[in-house]
Amino acid sequence: MAQLQEVSIDQFKHLVSERALTGETMLLNMGPQHPSTHGVLRVLLELDGETIVNCIPDIGYLHTGIEKNIEAKTYLKAEVMSDRLDYMNTTGNNLAYCMAVEKLVDLDVPERAIAIRVILTELQRIASHLVWLAAFGLDLAAMSVFLYCFREREIILDILELCSGQRMMTTYIRPGGLWRDVPVEFEDAVRNFIKIFPKRIDEYEALMTKNPIFLDRLIGIGKLDAATALQHGVTGPMLRASGVNWDLRKARPYAGYEQYDFNVPVRAEGDTYARYIVRIEELRESLRIVEQALNKLPLGPVRSDNRKFIPPPRSELGVSMEALIHHFKLWTEGFPAPDGSIYQAIESPRGELGVLLAGDGGAKPRRCHWRTPSFDNLSVLPKIVKGHLVADLVAILASVDIVLGDIDR
Amino acid sequence: MDKKLEPIIQALQENFSITFEEFRGETHVFLEAETIIAALTLLRDKYDFELLSALSAIDFLPQTSPRYHVIYQLTSLARNLALQLRVPLADGEPHIPTATGVYEVANWRERELRDMFGIIPDGHPDLRILLLPEGWEDKHPLRRDFPLGYEEVQFTFNVDEINLRKPYAKE
Repeated sequence: MAQLQEVSIDQFKHLVSERALTGETMLLNMGPQHPSTHGVLRVLLELDGETIVNCIPDIGYLHTGIEKNIEAKTYLKAEVMSDRLDYMNTTGNNLAYCMAVEKLVDLDVPERAIAIRVILTELQRIASHLVWLAAFGLDLAAMSVFLYCFREREIILDILELCSGQRMMTTYIRPGGLWRDVPVEFEDAVRNFIKIFPKRIDEYEALMTKNPIFLDRLIGIGKLDAATALQHGVTGPMLRASGVNWDLRKARPYAGYEQYDFNVPVRAEGDTYARYIVRIEELRESLRIVEQALNKLPLGPVRSDNRKFIPPPRSELGVSMEALIHHFKLWTEGFPAPDGSIYQAIESPRGELGVLLAGDGGAKPRRCHWRTPSFDNLSVLPKIVKGHLVADLVAILASVDIVLGDIDR
Repeated sequence: MDKKLEPIIQALQENFSITFEEFRGETHVFLEAETIIAALTLLRDKYDFELLSALSAIDFLPQTSPRYHVIYQLTSLARNLALQLRVPLADGEPHIPTATGVYEVANWRERELRDMFGIIPDGHPDLRILLLPEGWEDKHPLRRDFPLGYEEVQFTFNVDEINLRKPYAKE
C-alpha cells in the first residue's frame, strides 16, 4: 500500500516569500478538484489577505504516458493516442500527427483530402473556442453563455459524427489522406452551420462583450507583455492578445492555408479582455476559412495511391494479390519509416502544436514528442497572477485556455 | 537549406565546433554540451530566435555513445525561421547546463527532461519532479530500457490470483 507522504514547506522554500515561512502570509491549496481549474490542476497559492503573492502550479495529475505508449505501436495504430491528448482539438491533433508521419516517410496527400482536413480542423477550432467561451462564462458566473455555446458545439460534433462515426475521438484524418470520403449530407450540414453561426456569435457578444460586470472583471487583469510571453514560450491566441502577430497558418502555411483569405486578430493590451476578444474574432475568421474551403472543395480521391503506406480499398482485396499482400503487411507489420527525425508544427486553438517524430528504420517510432501549447501557456501563470485577487485567478486561468490532457500528456 | 539560414550556420561555425545535417528540409545543428548556452544566447540576441518552441530528447539505445540527443527547437518570429540544435550525450549520468537563463520556458521543459530521461540540467533553479508522481525521482520512463508495463487480462480462472497481487487501493 502506498504510504501517505507528509509534505513540508521545505520543498517550496525557494518559491515562496520569506513571510510565508513565518506564517505571515497563508499558503492555500486550490485544486486538483476545483471546478474552475478546468480539470485536474493544482495551484498552490501564497496569499496576503486575498491578494496573491506567489502562485505555484502543480501538474501531472493527468499524465497518461502517451509518448511512451506511442513508441510501442506502429505509425497507424499510434494515431488514436493523438486524439486523447488535447480532447478539445482532436482533429487538429490528428492533423499534426499525420502531417508529421507524411513528412517523415515523404508521402503525398490528395487535394480533396487536404481541403476536408482544413474544414474539419477549423470546425474543431470553433468547437474548442466554444468550449473555452462556455467555461469562461461559467467561471465568471454567466451561466447562460455556457448553455448557448454547448448548443452550437453540438452541431459541430454532429458533423464530425457524420464523417467519422465518432463525436470526439474521430481519428478521421489518417496518414496519406482521410479514412474515407465525407458523406453526401456533409456539405448541407456545414452550410447550415455557416448560415446560422454568425448570428450566434452576435448573441454571445451581446451577452458579454459590453457587459459592465464582465468588463470590470477582465480589463487590466492578468496583463502579459510580448517579451515575457515569448520568454515563456507562449503561443496562439494568448500571444496574439499580447500584440505579437504570429500565426503558423499565415507564417508557415501548411495544408493549403495560403489559398484562403483570413485575418489574424491581434490585440495590443495583453489582458484577459484582449484574450477574450481575440478568440471571439477567431471564431469569425475560422468560419470564413470553412466557407471558402467548402466553396472550392475539389473532387477526387481522398487517399494517397502509394500502396506501401496506404491500405488498398476493400474492393480490390478479392481480385488483386498485390492488394492482399499490401493489406496484410500494413495491418500486421505496418510501414517502415526512415531513421531520422522531423519536427512538424501546426496552429492549434491554443497555439503551436508540434510533433517531434523520430523513426528508427522500423515500423514503430523511436520517439514521438508532443510540443503542446497548453504546457507552455500555463507556465507563464505565476507571472501574470501576482498581485491580483483569488477571484481574478479564476478569470485569468480561464482566459489561458488550458486543457489538462494537453499539458500532462 | 533555407537561404536565410546560411549566414546563421556560418556564424555558428565560426564561433563553435559544430556539424550539421539536413533531413526533409530541416537543419539540425550538433554541438557540445559546454557550448550550448553560448550558442542559444547568440541565436537569441543576434539572430532573433525569440522562441524556444520545444526542448526534449531522443534516446538512441542500444547505441550508447552518444545515447541521447537533447533537442532545442528554435523559432524566429522576426525572420520566420526554424532551427534545431542538438546536444549528443553519452550513457551514464547525462548532464546539460540549464537554459533557463536564456529562455524561461526551459524551466518546465528541463524538469520534464529530468523526469522522463534522467538528464540533469545543471544549475536549474527549481528541480522538483513535474509530471511523475512523488517517489519516481530515480525512475525515468521515457528511456528505452524502461519497460512499458501492462494490465493482466482477467479471466474467471485467474481473477482471484490477479486480484491478490494487483496494487488496488486497499484499506
